[in-house]
Amino acid sequence: MHKLEVYRANGGYEALQKVLNEYQPGEVIDIVKASGLRGRGGAGFPTGLKWSFIPKAPGEKYIVVNSDESEMGTFKDRELLEKNPHQVIEGAMIAAYAIGAKQIYNYMRGEFMGIGQHFEEALKACYDAGILGDNIFGTDFSCRMYGYYGAGAYICGEETALLSSLQGDLGQPWSKPPFPAIEGLYKKPTVVNNTETLANVPPIITNGADWYKSIGTAQSPGPKIVCLSGHVNNPGNYEVEMGMTFHELVYGENYGGGIRGGKKFKALLPSGGSGPVVKEDALKAPITYEGLTPYGSTVGSASVVVMDETTDMVWAALKMVHFFKHESCGKCTPCREGTFWMERLLHRIYEGHGTEQDLEVLQSVATQIKGKTLCALGEFAVNPVLSTIRHFFDEYKAKVQGGQKKVAAKTAVPTPTD
Amino acid sequence: MLLQEKYPEEIKGILARFPHKKSAVLPLMHLAQEAYGFTSREAMQEVAQILDLDPTHVLSLAGFYTLYYEEPVGKFVLEVCNDLACALRGADEFVQMASRKLDIPVDGTTNDGLFTLKTVMCLAACDRAPMLQCNLKFEEHLDEAKFDALISRLRAEAAAEKAEPSIVEQISAFAK
Repeated sequence: MHKLEVYRANGGYEALQKVLNEYQPGEVIDIVKASGLRGRGGAGFPTGLKWSFIPKAPGEKYIVVNSDESEMGTFKDRELLEKNPHQVIEGAMIAAYAIGAKQIYNYMRGEFMGIGQHFEEALKACYDAGILGDNIFGTDFSCRMYGYYGAGAYICGEETALLSSLQGDLGQPWSKPPFPAIEGLYKKPTVVNNTETLANVPPIITNGADWYKSIGTAQSPGPKIVCLSGHVNNPGNYEVEMGMTFHELVYGENYGGGIRGGKKFKALLPSGGSGPVVKEDALKAPITYEGLTPYGSTVGSASVVVMDETTDMVWAALKMVHFFKHESCGKCTPCREGTFWMERLLHRIYEGHGTEQDLEVLQSVATQIKGKTLCALGEFAVNPVLSTIRHFFDEYKAKVQGGQKKVAAKTAVPTPTD
Repeated sequence: MLLQEKYPEEIKGILARFPHKKSAVLPLMHLAQEAYGFTSREAMQEVAQILDLDPTHVLSLAGFYTLYYEEPVGKFVLEVCNDLACALRGADEFVQMASRKLDIPVDGTTNDGLFTLKTVMCLAACDRAPMLQCNLKFEEHLDEAKFDALISRLRAEAAAEKAEPSIVEQISAFAK
């Protein structure tokens, strides 16, 4: 499917042709709005609505594909770009036509340079076939698309940090407003869409908004690629109809196939390190944007990390906080300092040198970060801490009580560094 | 002037992709690292000069982004993901094994200058853990035997002085 001739033999670029020949840009936005497609990068923002924020006046505009995929446990965009790059390209081009952009950048994380070859070859095939370039399919529409490779920074998945990075600056977010729809790349109106989101667009155009809405649930229509990892028998990417339960995902024979080694389920992270951890009761929840609200969590980018009964939850929290501390861009103080101290405290508690007071300070630091950071990274960083304390307080208690030393650490832990 | 001597066409092609040349800084830094081996002061100064940027700015980018190496590294940089999802499938034990076999600590380089071992954050291949990237090429579903085979293969490659273009060079060539 990564080859142009195979993609076209399967109806590829027919949606683009249809759009260019039959629809006005505004009509394309209306179809995507009517489909109910929501952003697949994690925030779930309605895609058509995002496109409609772009000013109608002519001028330079940009589509930027967010392929910075760096959330722990997320690996869907990587497989899409590797196996089906043309569907992403076609979706991005339809978006470009809808908002009046002539230039598209696909911002991939630097680590994707290996699979980027497939993407670059796909682009080249498009240019050679006249699908990218001037007067596409003999119409007035001209569009160019380029791959761009970051250099290792989780924060660049945040849209304003991504745009800063693409402009050649440090990958640090800016305070919104201005929103990218008004002042984005090079201060021009810009839509930043996740890779998977754009891959949903061609089938919506081909089959119509009603067809799309017939899949999934009323509030979360469509299919979703779920990344399943951790202690399951069959980790991998699964495209599921929204509304399927987490139980089916973990235990279904066509999906996770149950817990590895016949062990018992303990907990699950529904959205990588960013969303609060949930327990077994949440397995009956549907995989939708709203499904985990009663359990105090969110599906995010649907990066499901499963943990079995042997998992030390303080260790898991430490691993995640180490990630956020490492990836904090350093621009705002609550996130930079807060993640630093949370890691120190967690490390001490995990090592068995923590006190009851450390546990209180840890909670206090986490609570004080919340709501005070420039972007979502800081907000996310407190989730592993507060949610594991909420659900597995006993494990924290056991570590701070009785001067317990080193708890059967079978695994190396990151040592905090200054 | 190593960068401009080695990759003149690539630089031209990369610059043509952006309305503002400052955007070319990360791609040129990737290439400069290829040419100079790491993001040395000299390398970053050359990038700054091509793009009319303050060298301090380019150096600050080298410090910010983790794929730029501010110190010399081995011919093969082995970056193992040991984030939570990979650790649940044995990545921490894998790092210890790799460290023992190469006889270097994490962030160390072997005496022959062939291998540098690092641990990194999520590489988006959690379903194929333990895994690593070697000079940006993903090696997945690893275990001790596969690691041994990988190291033997890389040693043989180095001995044969096979000079296949690196992944950065291959990607940059698309801009030509």
